[in-house]
Amino acid sequence: MTDARFPHRHLLGIQGLGPTEITTLLDLAEGYVEQNRSNDKRKNLLRGRTVINLFFENSTRTRTSFELAGKRLGADVINMQSAGSSVQKGETLIDTAMTLNAMHLDVLVVRHPDSGAVKLLSEKVNCAVINGGDGSHEHPTQALLDALTIRRRKGKLSGLTVAICGDVLHSRVARSNIYLLNAMGASVRLIGPRTLLPSGVDRLGVEVFHDMRKGLADVDVIMMLRIQNERMRGNFIPSIREYFHFFGLDHDKLGLAKPDAVIMHPGPMNRGVEIDSDVADDVERSLIRSQVEMGVAVRMACLDLLTRDLPRSASDHSSAGAA
Amino acid sequence: MAPRSTSGLVAYVNARLLDPASGLDSRGALLTNGEIVADVGPGLFQGGVPAGMEVVDCHGLCLAPGLVDMRVQLREPGEEHKETLKSAGEAAVAGGVTSMVCLPNTNPVIDEVATVEFVARRARKIGLAKVYPYAAASKQLEGKELSEMGMLAEAGALGFTDGVKAIRSAQLMRRALSYAATFGLMIVQHPEEPSLAENGMMNEGELATRMGLSGIPAAAEAIMLERDMRLVALTGGRYHAAHVSTAEGIEIIRKAKAAGLPVSCDTAPPYFALNEMSVGDYRTFAKLSPPLRAETDRQAVVAGLKDGTIDAVASDHAPQDQDSKRVPFAAAEFGGVGLETLLAITLELAHNGHIGLLDALRLVTCAPAGILGLPAGRLRVGASADLVLFDPDRAWKVDAKKFRAKSKNSPFDDRPVQGLVMRTVIDGRTVYAHDA
Repeated sequence: MTDARFPHRHLLGIQGLGPTEITTLLDLAEGYVEQNRSNDKRKNLLRGRTVINLFFENSTRTRTSFELAGKRLGADVINMQSAGSSVQKGETLIDTAMTLNAMHLDVLVVRHPDSGAVKLLSEKVNCAVINGGDGSHEHPTQALLDALTIRRRKGKLSGLTVAICGDVLHSRVARSNIYLLNAMGASVRLIGPRTLLPSGVDRLGVEVFHDMRKGLADVDVIMMLRIQNERMRGNFIPSIREYFHFFGLDHDKLGLAKPDAVIMHPGPMNRGVEIDSDVADDVERSLIRSQVEMGVAVRMACLDLLTRDLPRSASDHSSAGAA
Repeated sequence: MAPRSTSGLVAYVNARLLDPASGLDSRGALLTNGEIVADVGPGLFQGGVPAGMEVVDCHGLCLAPGLVDMRVQLREPGEEHKETLKSAGEAAVAGGVTSMVCLPNTNPVIDEVATVEFVARRARKIGLAKVYPYAAASKQLEGKELSEMGMLAEAGALGFTDGVKAIRSAQLMRRALSYAATFGLMIVQHPEEPSLAENGMMNEGELATRMGLSGIPAAAEAIMLERDMRLVALTGGRYHAAHVSTAEGIEIIRKAKAAGLPVSCDTAPPYFALNEMSVGDYRTFAKLSPPLRAETDRQAVVAGLKDGTIDAVASDHAPQDQDSKRVPFAAAEFGGVGLETLLAITLELAHNGHIGLLDALRLVTCAPAGILGLPAGRLRVGASADLVLFDPDRAWKVDAKKFRAKSKNSPFDDRPVQGLVMRTVIDGRTVYAHDA
């Protein structure tokens, strides 16, 4: 396990990864879960490496999670927010890439509001790139942490039925989860009003439900998606109360799932919009806090794996052979 | 460039003459006298070329009317960093295009006589491909008030359009059709229902969903065309749908033509040579408006070209600079350059056996000239000597870096194609010759 290799320079999405690669990442992350629970959380695997978190969208959870992951592996971690930076002053993405190249970093974690922007950046920088979420395209580390959370609770992914509920149209989390769960042999159901399901989604290897009660019948895992407030006001759905009535997860609807079904949410939650507070806080059923813990472990695994084949920078060259 | 003859007579001999308008496809020769075609035919110069004439040996290659490109964005005035009348003129003649029609979406907008005259004067001075403007259908392209169509027509506007924007208001379209008909001119529509296309970046469907990009449904085209067909029926005005891209849209035009409505349409090479898969990997150079569609739509475009529903092919030349394209897909501008690939991609229709060589040429010569009412696109004695000499079989690879167009945003970059322009003649002058 410790000598596992990853045949990609970047982690831009789950699309394109096979079950072996996914399993490698999950197994590695598993080890980091144990390490993170011990008193000695630090490793020096990434000593001398520089990780930059470049976030063009606000994020607390993902950015903090990557920051912690990098620091626990001994890397220098720098956070760059787009607000107030040169990016806000009209610098193009490609100019940003050129600037970053001059900094000799090893891993770049990027979140961007435009689908495909992280890939564009990855083509221009000479370091490894991890997609921290791009537009409505992909959020691969979220899908990996979700998978690790499920695997630890259920002991497997294959053969499970997972329902993903809510705003699939705008969700990169949903897309990455669909690809990952399909690759690992789980069956995926999507539940939501037609206005929040993208066209052609039925061709992604999922079963589509518009009636949440039918969709939740006998599922093992329920993944709730966040509803953005700005999408609530008559654009895609008429009102919050109508949405909660039909697609909010409460104990009543939860009762239709398997008795041991678990609940997940990528956060931040809108209590009373897509999920009832009682359900979110149900320690027996809700894995929401566990997801956050798995997030750090999964991101450590990604940083670890992606840097294994990276050359040491010039200044470090002499020690590279000995290491 | 070849030296001019002293007599002003140039004999193009040993040519394969192609004239789609008359159906001529035969070995023969063509004589120009100054700016005019003086003679043409299979029998010409059978007894040899008289002394004093300049002789151009065509080596059996195709000599055809220069291409008429009925939809080009020129960016001058206003966006000269993307394209100028000169760079577009050079690109045009390198592509065998001798006449082109530009959209009014310049800055200032071509909605006044002065701007129409500015473009015409500049283009004449440059002396490359002839430029004819479409004028704005509405003032400032705002979709609110009719432009001064009568005066614009007198100044030389060939038709009226709001360019890359659809004429959104049904009332304005109704009046534009009626009013333009007063002057015998047509309205050219970008057939896309704007609210359905809002924020859309590519064709709606599975691929857009996978890429996380918002889509534009094919229905956006159909809805606008359906509406407009009813307005054409109501007004009797002439209507031309630009760059049709969907199976449904083509079917609507087919029915309208069968019903006798005064309707024509064109498409552009990307819509019969590419499909939505070209935007995979977020290739912004393939971000076009209308978007590249599904493979079934592409096939319907080919079928529409075959059965004559689609009258013409235009390059839809839309120059965008690096800063407009080397950005995330959502932020990228729409459009691709096309002047220098128009002939080669259109010839693919013939090479692939969909239509004959003459029919392929018709789409880019006499057919658009006929719609526009231009005396171009034919090999005819007394007409302007606007000619293209090309090798229909010569293989080459599109290399956008080598384009004469100022912007290099071609969706066809690196594509192997067949059919190379060897020489372009405008008003009897050779304005382009392929070296080597």
